[in-house]
Amino acid sequence: MARELKIRVNERVWTVASAPDTPLLYVLANELMLQGPRFGCGLAQCGSCSVLVDGVERRSCVTPVSAVEGKAVTTLEGLPAWYAAQKKLSKTPDLHPVQQAILDEQAMQCGYCYNGMIIKASELLSKTPQPDEARIRSHMNGHLCRCGTYPRIIRAIQRASRVMAGGAA
Amino acid sequence: MNRIFSNSPAEQSLAHLSNGGSAAPALRGLLRRDLLRAGGALIVGFRLRDIALGQERVEKPGPPDAKQVDTWLAIHPDNTATVYIGFAELGQGSSTGLLQIAADELDMEMGQIKSVRLDTNVTPNQGGTYSSASIARGGPQVRTAVAEARAALLQLASKRLDAPVERLTVSKGIVTSNGKSVSYGQLIGGKLFKLAFTGNAPVKTPTEYKVVGTPVPRREMPEKVSGKYVYMQHVRVAGMLHGRVVRPRGQRMYGAGAKVLAVDESSIRGIPGARVLRKADFIGVIAENEWDAVRGAQQLKVTWETPPALPGSEKLHEHMRSAKSDDNIVRERGDVDAAFSKATHVATQSCLGPYQAHAPFSPNCAIADVKADTALVMCSTQDVYGTRNTLSRVLGLPLEKIRVQYYEGSGTYGHSCYDDVAQAAALLSQLAGKPVRLQFMRWDEHGWDNYGPAHVGEVRAAADANGKLVAYEYRGWQHGWSNVETSEQLALGRATAEWPGGAVQGVSALNCGGMYEIANLKLVNHKLPVTSYLKGGWLRSPLDLSFSFASEQAIDQLAFLLGMDSHEFRQRNIKDERWLGVLDAAAKAANWKPRKAAANLSGAKVVTGRGIGVGTHLTSYGAAVAEIEVNKETGRVVAKHLYGAMDCGQAVNPGNVEAQIGGQLVQTASRMFKEEVTINTTNVTSLDWSTYPILRFEECPEVTAVVVQHLDQRSTGAGEEVMAACAAAIANAFFDATGVRMRQFPFTPARVLAALGRA
Ligand code: FES
Ligand code: FES
Repeated sequence: MARELKIRVNERVWTVASAPDTPLLYVLANELMLQGPRFGCGLAQCGSCSVLVDGVERRSCVTPVSAVEGKAVTTLEGLPAWYAAQKKLSKTPDLHPVQQAILDEQAMQCGYCYNGMIIKASELLSKTPQPDEARIRSHMNGHLCRCGTYPRIIRAIQRASRVMAGGAA
Repeated sequence: MNRIFSNSPAEQSLAHLSNGGSAAPALRGLLRRDLLRAGGALIVGFRLRDIALGQERVEKPGPPDAKQVDTWLAIHPDNTATVYIGFAELGQGSSTGLLQIAADELDMEMGQIKSVRLDTNVTPNQGGTYSSASIARGGPQVRTAVAEARAALLQLASKRLDAPVERLTVSKGIVTSNGKSVSYGQLIGGKLFKLAFTGNAPVKTPTEYKVVGTPVPRREMPEKVSGKYVYMQHVRVAGMLHGRVVRPRGQRMYGAGAKVLAVDESSIRGIPGARVLRKADFIGVIAENEWDAVRGAQQLKVTWETPPALPGSEKLHEHMRSAKSDDNIVRERGDVDAAFSKATHVATQSCLGPYQAHAPFSPNCAIADVKADTALVMCSTQDVYGTRNTLSRVLGLPLEKIRVQYYEGSGTYGHSCYDDVAQAAALLSQLAGKPVRLQFMRWDEHGWDNYGPAHVGEVRAAADANGKLVAYEYRGWQHGWSNVETSEQLALGRATAEWPGGAVQGVSALNCGGMYEIANLKLVNHKLPVTSYLKGGWLRSPLDLSFSFASEQAIDQLAFLLGMDSHEFRQRNIKDERWLGVLDAAAKAANWKPRKAAANLSGAKVVTGRGIGVGTHLTSYGAAVAEIEVNKETGRVVAKHLYGAMDCGQAVNPGNVEAQIGGQLVQTASRMFKEEVTINTTNVTSLDWSTYPILRFEECPEVTAVVVQHLDQRSTGAGEEVMAACAAAIANAFFDATGVRMRQFPFTPARVLAALGRA
């Protein structure tokens, strides 16, 4: 029997049953039963399946599960804890500030694309806490929203950036 | 190492959760608890667990009797209420809006009221969730039904409290009189009203509204943001298999379907978990492991018959224009030809609109469990009862043996592949004898959609020397919608058919001159046979963008010929207060200053322009202003700022209407600049987001939405009515920037350069 493949997702180690070349997305959705990363295109074109791998946004639909061995995968579900660890908060908040800002802006329509939006925006703010609008647009450009909610996503990211800097929403 | 398990993937993961070495069947029982521990699992049993049914409420094949109050409302012992609504939440927020209506009529708070999943065994049949009908058609039904229930509750309370009804006051579902009170829950909680719904109970007046007319936050959004919300794509059922369909990449001529010549099953011998299922020309691959199904379907070698020729994208419109059509004069008044011959200014436009796709962000998905004599199908349909009808045809089961449940998918914007995927899942489940979850791949959804039909529009309009519109004529060529889905076509050889009737499938006065006062008007529809083209269907604001692109450019051109401001010219020719209301609201939001169009042409590489337009879908009133930028060297056009004003009568939730307007403006920019279904001479070739691009962050305009509120008017639709206006405003802005009129959208760089004479 071949050696076991283990992956670390949201700070827990899981043994993977699927073949090592299986795209990570199918493992997260069908073995770990996570709902954050979700199928959109399977072609790395839309951002629906995004997760953070060692803090960097990756398209899980085209990433073989074996490629994340030894790395830390964070999904939407683990984002508040990931944020708390980064910010050295004593307690994990219910939501990442980007998630809260999306509620405050009532940004979503169907909301299906928001897994990717939230992951990508969190990546941005972890590296560039105060992005200007052009930076937000270029950073987010690989994520599609069929419902056309881009303007509100931009506003939500700006709001989250202010909140994270300790300012008022 | 991977094939040592023969159990389903879900069970394998349980093995790890439970530290077990292999997944024993006994673990099935642990499924739910363990997966919940894993954080965010969803296994749906075949009973509805999430519906709080009243004690006496029974589930049976629907639709439930719309003439009974109990069909619409249940009061629970804890003094909360469930409203049974027959409309789907599609991300437009109407589920929140309908509860706002119920809350006001019942004198309850939003927190005390909920609705339930759409289900043919539970929810009433209010018709499909299209034509922006949820609030428009559903609102009055919900309002009058719960008002009837409230009247009955007050009767009961009157007896209990020994006080006349007029003396009773209600707040939060608690009825009070003289210091004594009783809650709705105490009066009838868990019991049936057993009351006929007459529709005669008095409803509240707008001055009595508390939450109607306010921007209540969307109810389902917290779960969507945290990842706990259950989209169709997340649903799993015990013992299910994963399925994928195998079809040619990109649909062919609708009438021809796709004929299988040979299937080479040995081509997937390397994937032992995958199995081929076939019924006539319908082919699928199933497997316990989803990735096996995906790979199997991708690798299976099928030889398809060469389909009949399509005209190809280049020649499409020419072909449509010269084809034999079924012609009919939709409207005629005055003497159009005489009026044109006498008119001072005449503007003519011939315009081409593309096929466009629904292309929901996630391809459609369905789960079906078909047994010998019953079927349960979960999918993202806009109409559970409509889908039940088509499933009955496909499965050969009577309606009452089929149960359809709605789970939200990604925004569908019309008749995407939800019926097709439901049929396909049902067929696979029937063939496999097990529940099957079928998720379309990107190319299935993009390639086998019911596209918004392409259009050829020829319009002429005339004005007298005083700037008064005197004549108008519109001729439009397009085909209608398909009424037979691909799955049934392939599996059962069912002949293709056209969707019956329906004014929105052809030229109408709505966007073709209807908003203006014009004495001489003629509208002609040239209907083409859908079977000779692509599968057609309703796509958000069907045909309206094409109509308005042609019509409102002609109107704008008249203003230009007269040397008049575009806004003023429209004001002069519109009488209806509500049309004027939105027109002026959009102009005001954009700080529109009167001047002639194309008065500031410049030789710069990047030029800017502004444009205005009016339009609708069926009932509401829309107007828009666009500010755009054109790069004359690259041919790239971007909208910088779009303003949209909508009057949908009573905006139950103005926050949601505002969001709808914003989404419509962005989606219109996408459709005007980017979106086009392409075909070669055999099939559709735009199969993903790189071959069917849509608008992205970097090109996204700023948007300003104006809700023109009329609490005293009946609610009309709000889901699509500003798009036609926006398409027109964009086209007119292009003229303002360049002095050139675009004849075809989307405005691809190549088309723009050609129009500017720089190709
Ligand atoms: S699903 Fe992975 S990028 Fe679209
Ligand atoms: S909100 Fe629907 S795709 Fe983005």
